[in-house]
Amino acid sequence: MFVINCPYCGERDQQEFKAGGEAHIERPKQPTELSDDEWAEYLFMRKNIKGVQFERWNHAHGCRKWFNMVRDTSNDEIKLVYKMGEKPPLE
Amino acid sequence: MSANLRVQSSEYIDETHRVSFRFNGKKYYGFKGDTLASALLANDVHLVGRSFKYHRPRGIMTAGSEEPNAIVQVNDNTNRTEPNVRATELEIYEGLEASSQNCWPSVNFDIGGINNLISPFLPAGFYYKTFMWPASFWEKYEFFIRHSAGLGKSPTEKDPDIYDHRNIHCDVLVVGAGISGILAAKNAAKNNLKTLLIEEKNELGGATIYQNKEFNKIDNQSSSDWIKKEINKLKNINNLEVKTRTSVAAYHGYNYLLARENLTDHLEKKDKNNKIRQRLLKIRAKKVILATGALERPLVFNNNDRPGIILSTAVKKYADFFGVKCGEKNVFFTNNDSAYESALCLHNRGINVDAIIDIRNNSNSKIVKATEKAGIKIYWSHTVVDTKGYRRLNNISIMKLSNDGMTVTGNKINISCDCLGVAGGWTPAVHLFTQSGGKLKFDEENNIFLPNKYPSDQISVGSCNGSFNLKEIFKEISIKLKEFLRIEKTDFDNFDIECEEETSKRNIWLLPADKAIGKTKPFVDYQNDATAKDIKLALREGFRSIEHVKRYTTTGMGTDQGKLGNMHALGIIADTAGVKMGELGTTTFRPPYTPLTFGTIVGRNVGEYFDIFRRTAMNDWLIENKAEFENVGQWKRGWYYPGNGETMNQAVQRESKAARESAGILDASTLGKIDIQGSDASEFLNRVYTNAWSKLAIGKCRYGLMLNEDGMVYDDGVTTRLEENHYLMTTTTGGAANVLGKLEDYLQTEWPELDVYLTSVTDHYATASVCGPNSKKILKKIFPDLDFSDESFPHMSFKEAKISNIKCRVMRISFTGEHSYEINIQASFGKALWEKCIEAGKEFNITPYGTETMHLLRAEKGFIIVGQDTDGTMTPIDLQMDWIVSKKKYDFIGKRSLYRSDTMREDRKQLVGLLTDDPNIILEEGAQIVSELNQNPIQMLGHVTSSYFSPNLNKSIALAVVRGGKDMMGKKLFIPMEDKTISVTVANPVFFDEENKRLNA
Ligand SMILES: [Zn+2]
Repeated sequence: MFVINCPYCGERDQQEFKAGGEAHIERPKQPTELSDDEWAEYLFMRKNIKGVQFERWNHAHGCRKWFNMVRDTSNDEIKLVYKMGEKPPLE
Repeated sequence: MSANLRVQSSEYIDETHRVSFRFNGKKYYGFKGDTLASALLANDVHLVGRSFKYHRPRGIMTAGSEEPNAIVQVNDNTNRTEPNVRATELEIYEGLEASSQNCWPSVNFDIGGINNLISPFLPAGFYYKTFMWPASFWEKYEFFIRHSAGLGKSPTEKDPDIYDHRNIHCDVLVVGAGISGILAAKNAAKNNLKTLLIEEKNELGGATIYQNKEFNKIDNQSSSDWIKKEINKLKNINNLEVKTRTSVAAYHGYNYLLARENLTDHLEKKDKNNKIRQRLLKIRAKKVILATGALERPLVFNNNDRPGIILSTAVKKYADFFGVKCGEKNVFFTNNDSAYESALCLHNRGINVDAIIDIRNNSNSKIVKATEKAGIKIYWSHTVVDTKGYRRLNNISIMKLSNDGMTVTGNKINISCDCLGVAGGWTPAVHLFTQSGGKLKFDEENNIFLPNKYPSDQISVGSCNGSFNLKEIFKEISIKLKEFLRIEKTDFDNFDIECEEETSKRNIWLLPADKAIGKTKPFVDYQNDATAKDIKLALREGFRSIEHVKRYTTTGMGTDQGKLGNMHALGIIADTAGVKMGELGTTTFRPPYTPLTFGTIVGRNVGEYFDIFRRTAMNDWLIENKAEFENVGQWKRGWYYPGNGETMNQAVQRESKAARESAGILDASTLGKIDIQGSDASEFLNRVYTNAWSKLAIGKCRYGLMLNEDGMVYDDGVTTRLEENHYLMTTTTGGAANVLGKLEDYLQTEWPELDVYLTSVTDHYATASVCGPNSKKILKKIFPDLDFSDESFPHMSFKEAKISNIKCRVMRISFTGEHSYEINIQASFGKALWEKCIEAGKEFNITPYGTETMHLLRAEKGFIIVGQDTDGTMTPIDLQMDWIVSKKKYDFIGKRSLYRSDTMREDRKQLVGLLTDDPNIILEEGAQIVSELNQNPIQMLGHVTSSYFSPNLNKSIALAVVRGGKDMMGKKLFIPMEDKTISVTVANPVFFDEENKRLNA
């Protein structure tokens, strides 16, 4: 059970949060222009990395805010949390 | 009467307080402070159970939580019965009743014991190999296995006890209150760190409190005197909380640990009542210090499992701590110095020790010299090759070991004895460390696995980290604590320490006998009856991975998780396969460390708190009027009103007719309600629903269908435009929370530029839905000032209204196809509103109806229920709801997916109506639909999603999803059931009032 540092509320127990899958997948602005394959890429294809992964999390039983998290899935170490709209770190 | 083996008084046993208890029906006496194991030994009871597979007689083997044999059922046939309790941990109390597990019909005559005689035919994997075929025999096997397998009995009555959970946050958690844990906890607390010290036993101090006084000294006092003083001082330390009888069950990531605190298990029955029995501690620790100690290893030799063969330190603990001798004629068998301390302890107390059999060639340590001086005979480089005695050990045979330790030589010497203390060295208790994700390294010199890489802010200290003697412990803790807690000094940096130090080592995982291994029984896992030859067989049969060998032989798979024998199993595999133990790895230790009761796990979440119910404001009225309830999500919804003893079918038929003939009323409060405000609210609705919203006039309502991005129907409901920038959205009852979550997600992450605010108001309003041809007349009575003309208040519109001074929102919307109103009022007035409607409707025979009638009425109209007629694979096109999908809108959630090649297939399952040829046959929901009966294999076209007998049409109706169903109108299909085949005809799903005349009736 992680302790997650919500960017709005501070450290809270993992129970208050909901995971929301891979981060930084932007919804296409003009879906109708996309081929089936391009749309499928957005819709279905997700990485599932053993190692450092960028994820979306929601403080569902708290401030209800979505935010991003960098987590090492091999040992659950949370390296960073940052707000929606902020750029992912390069390293 | 059996012999009394209590030999001396002990400060830990209260001999003024006699306690009576029953074991296997017979009455015995012990003293307050005894465990069931020590009390049984004192009463000369040695046979306490049977092994799992061969049903061999087994006795007490340890004095702690690692006990594999002395597993008992406590208080059988009472509501407090509990299986798999370790007699070595169970503190006796007046009236305790315990019985052996694994024995059927009794411990002394055990029918499964026949397995022992046929054991050559019960090798590893026997169960897998034998009980597989023929399949039809399984029931017989199962009866046999369940009766003779010793899994204990689960309680059949309600648990009378109370359980509790507690969250604890601390700076430092110390697990284990042996000397290492006490030193660590004391220094952490003294340095202003909030510290919690947890110990599974009821006494602090571990083995140090009865350590040999002559050879072990701290600060010029005997270690036992020193530690007792330290324990007394703990009470006066601020910041330190000590919990005894508390066992850490699990160590998760981020230093989150679960521990079970035992509060009443040691109390008499009369003192247990109305107290919390066990408490689950949920601990978040900034830092964790594991001082979990080490477990003594047995030795693996032929017939090493007889009652009377006990770990050497357990023999010592029973004598020193409980004042009980385990036998009259004691012999020790060892590969290290531990047995000598035990032997000297017995000798000094006047208990007879006949010999020590040591597989080493010699040892020059002080304690060995002292033992020799005491006149105890030592057989160097000898091993035990066999033991005798069925219900209790009476004899052992020893032989000389060859230099390589692989064989035995010379003559067999028989030694008569009734207790053999075995000492196979020490296994650091790294279970919690590995649970936390820690990685181990193998120490070749000492044949132990030690903590290597720490995954969180934690350290292991003391013997669980390989520091076995006092000098090592003090040195290690002094260095490590300073670094770990960032403190300048500890209380004991410059202490003078004297201790026993081992000078000679020899380790043989499987000791040889004078017979071929196939003719011996060297047990590795006592509880599951896995022997060394089973492990060798598994390797011969090709198993290589330690995890596979474990499962095939069941080694380490008992309730004790093989705490005693796992290392031997690994060693034997390594030796046989010719690999190094470090390369082999270990099996995974899984939580809980010792079994947990279900009560502890669920805590207070039992009975009505098991799953919290949500109830509407009208709930009490529904109960008073004998409604049956249905669970919808967490809600309790009125299902139907059987009133004067009607069946469900009778009630639903009556309610359905009344709603269409005059008036019905439904509690619709559970529908999700989301208040939407902001200057971009209309644009937002445009993006989340499939239809257009910009042009919806203020005061109007519209039905909307919400898709997932994959194009599949996700939710539906009516949304009302209350003001220019203010909407009230309704969702399905079950979908409310998820819809809000999904909308928030899009708002926050994809469309942050939109000025929209979402608030859940589901619980803020109660909703009464009044329908039927007389609904308008009823509403007029409730709201006499309101204009109900079709011009002023048409279908799909909304008005603000008041009852007295209470504001209401009235929507003229319909889910039944009838002229219908939904009145929303502040929830606290919900019941009053409901009663007012009932009162006003009396003259029209207003009939309350529940969800079942609602489902029937909407099915007559062909309205879908998301989640019943859809299953996450249905697009609006599949539902024949093309009309609701805007062609003009550039985008909405899921739009692009409606044009994927797969979603455009003609042969997708599509929603259709079904009419049975015999109008009285009601289809089963979920029944499969086919077009050909003689196909092989028969092709399934789809299934029935909703099915009812319609009292208004006087025939059976159904909705179904059928492959290519859109083009099958009028086609005959078949529904094969177990006992008959039903013919149906595909029909329009709108069965009733296709022209919607009744909405304005
Ligand atoms: Zn938050």
